[in-house]
Amino acid sequence: MDGSLPVEDTWTVAGRRFRSRLIVGTGKYKDLEETAAAIEASGAEIVTVAVRRVNLSDPKAPMLQDFVDPKKITYLPNTAGCHTANEAVRTLRLAREAGGWNLVKLEVLGPPPLLYPDMRGTFEAAEALIKDGFEVMVYCADDPLAAKRLEEMGCVAIMPLGAPIGSGLGVQNPAMLTMMMEHVSVPFLVDAGVGTASDAAIAMELGCDAVLLNSAIALAKDPIRMARAMKLAVEAGRLAHLAGRMPRRMGADPSSPLTGLIR
Amino acid sequence: MSLRPTAKMRNAGRGAACLPDPPRKSIIRGMQTVLTVTVNGESRALDGPVSVSGLLVSLGLDTRKVAVERNEEIVPRSRYAETWLATGDALEIVHFIGGG
Repeated sequence: MDGSLPVEDTWTVAGRRFRSRLIVGTGKYKDLEETAAAIEASGAEIVTVAVRRVNLSDPKAPMLQDFVDPKKITYLPNTAGCHTANEAVRTLRLAREAGGWNLVKLEVLGPPPLLYPDMRGTFEAAEALIKDGFEVMVYCADDPLAAKRLEEMGCVAIMPLGAPIGSGLGVQNPAMLTMMMEHVSVPFLVDAGVGTASDAAIAMELGCDAVLLNSAIALAKDPIRMARAMKLAVEAGRLAHLAGRMPRRMGADPSSPLTGLIR
Repeated sequence: MSLRPTAKMRNAGRGAACLPDPPRKSIIRGMQTVLTVTVNGESRALDGPVSVSGLLVSLGLDTRKVAVERNEEIVPRSRYAETWLATGDALEIVHFIGGG
């Protein structure tokens, strides 16, 4: 026993087992080389990807798959930018055709500047996607009833926000996330809001199964170094969760013995 | 009145054992068929007859890395060669890019 993570400390989503509890996005990087290097440094085994129109004026432009091998890293197609259930469902059907996999991240967003989860659209899209055979990891509000309902519908992971997408405000709702978690039995992730390593550690300390983030790495001054920081923070947070934190107390409790003091 | 099926009729047969219909003509200029379709939001005139495969080749795209939607319905990769385009078709050709 050296206190390191037990080798069997894995988590499973939709029957797929992963060691890394950090899922990273692939957006906002300087270029595809930096994207690949950051993923490598983060240790992530799952990356989110977007589905967009091919640029017909430059069909030979390098593609993400040329830099991040979908055979080695699980691509999790998202519906970023979709504001209606129909757009989200169409996008993921295209993603399934492009990649050949069913595991997806659903997000139906409200308008800027908050891009807050639109739960009515989210429910509608989740229902259609599950019926169509998708395994849906769902971005949602920190709403315990919504989370329960999404789980009952068949979503394979519940992923509430810690703060608005790309805000970097950190986990603003730790108490609510803790309360939600108690009622969810599928994997529970914080998705959105993480700004720096301590935020990721907090999410893991709360007991989340994993953390999903993008901007915190991509917009750091040194994304590769931040990717490594996130990897360590997620591991540290996980270890702290498993270790069980000390109780909080209102007042001091000296760590040194009170006996044997010189007089 | 022509007996040739419309694009709508052909679409209605998709999913069943629908025949790879020989292409139908929209406008005939001499011996050449010209189709007007929308690809990723842009109107394009194509020399027909042309299938989804033909279109992807002419656009220089790697079929293994893209997905195609025609009139809001997925075109499975296995059916690119037999899916003939008709005037008025709206196509979306997408791929994976970086995203969070």
